[in-house]
Amino acid sequence: MTIEWFVRIVSEYWPMFLRGAGVTLLISITGTIIGSLIGLGIGVIRTVPMPERRGKRSLLKVIHVILSIYIEFFRGTPMIVQAMVIYYGSALAFGIDMDRIFAAILIVSINTGAYMSEIVRGGIVSIDKGQFEAAHAIGMNHVQTMWNVVLPQVIRNILPPTGNEFVINIKDTSVLNVISVTELYFQTKSIAGNNYRYFESFFVACVIYFIMTFTVTRILRYIERKLEGPDNYVIAGNQMQVDTPEDIQRRKNRS
Amino acid sequence: MEKVIDIQHLRKSFGSHEVLKDINFSVNKGEVVCIIGSSGSGKSTLLRCVNLLETPTGGKIIYNGENILDDNHDIYLYRRKLGMVFQQFNLFNNHNVLNNCVVGQVKVLKRSREEAEKVAMKYLKVVGMDRYVNAKPKHLSGGQKQRVAIARALAMEPDVMLFDEPTSALDPEMVGEVLKVMKELAESGLTMLIVTHEMEFAREVSDRVVFMDKGVIAEEGPPEQIFNHPKEERTREFLKRTLK
Repeated sequence: MTIEWFVRIVSEYWPMFLRGAGVTLLISITGTIIGSLIGLGIGVIRTVPMPERRGKRSLLKVIHVILSIYIEFFRGTPMIVQAMVIYYGSALAFGIDMDRIFAAILIVSINTGAYMSEIVRGGIVSIDKGQFEAAHAIGMNHVQTMWNVVLPQVIRNILPPTGNEFVINIKDTSVLNVISVTELYFQTKSIAGNNYRYFESFFVACVIYFIMTFTVTRILRYIERKLEGPDNYVIAGNQMQVDTPEDIQRRKNRS
Repeated sequence: MEKVIDIQHLRKSFGSHEVLKDINFSVNKGEVVCIIGSSGSGKSTLLRCVNLLETPTGGKIIYNGENILDDNHDIYLYRRKLGMVFQQFNLFNNHNVLNNCVVGQVKVLKRSREEAEKVAMKYLKVVGMDRYVNAKPKHLSGGQKQRVAIARALAMEPDVMLFDEPTSALDPEMVGEVLKVMKELAESGLTMLIVTHEMEFAREVSDRVVFMDKGVIAEEGPPEQIFNHPKEERTREFLKRTLK
């Protein structure tokens, strides 16, 4: 009976499932965070205004070309293949025996970085030009403008696509089983191999993956709402509310 | 009189289109200069060239005896001496009212947060926005945003304030509150360079009016001359069109 098998698999193998889920979360969280930082850095570099001077200008152009190659390459090849190439390649070329978890985080990070840098660039481009001008007009340079004015707005705007990347990473870490990282898919394969109950084992994995992605999506939605801030504002020393037209509309609809 | 900014033979082209042709004029300390002219006459471009938001194609901008268009001149150091107020307000959306006025002081002028807040409050009081310190720009009306933008520029304690059509994006009933603040500033002896379509305001507050047409300064003089006895045919025609 299938139901009995579910119960048996869960009660017998839950520590393995749990460990696998833990590794999956560790890799995808760390990978997404490092990848986002890479993306932010590259996004800032790619939006540096072209300097007037010849020398600086060609330096910047070389950097742009290198970054484009990085982005195109990692977006244009499957992560499963990148994992093989980087893991076995580094062993072959430099004789490095990478820790598997470290290798996994490295691969997810640089892969996410390639996608995130495009997302960040899109976020920066979509910020109103006036924000840059106002910052420049009070004497901020590019880095100060980015750090104090533009990036805080970009981060809020790119939170939804970043959440997407995170969810994709939770699911896609499963391909890292090819370099024997003991994440959830790898663990499930071992469990199924023990009892030959493939459907039941992978169904449990399926549920665990869904719980993880669903929870992450909810948490991100909550953070998004927090960052948005309240629609109303209470003037200092006065209880009068300054309403936005949307609020007034909403109240009208309610009554 | 002491010249704060002296512009000599300034030219600006966008591609093959020449927007400014050989502009010569200066702003003296404590003076209020209004630039008027029809749309596309180059007045906003001129103002944006003054603080280098647009890079001039040629000419000189002399500030403190130095040509700031020289290759090795630090434009960031120069810009902090000029306050800019934009048509679209351009308040920093991620900061509240107080921080909008503080962030530049702390990051650019390296003032302590405490001192910066004190200065910010002083100028927010000047523009009558001190009760809104915690509001975000999205909570404010256009007129309120523009008054905060003025306070933000003033908090940097600039030598000159530049206003780029500060009331053009405002609803008619909000124009008054912004012009009132600007008038008070003008009376306090601040050096101001204002691009405006508000002819009544220009006549009232300015010491000198510059009329621009097709990328050149067509006529320049005290408001009394420009508005009542314009010497140039072009000025007369423009005023006839605007002052119905």
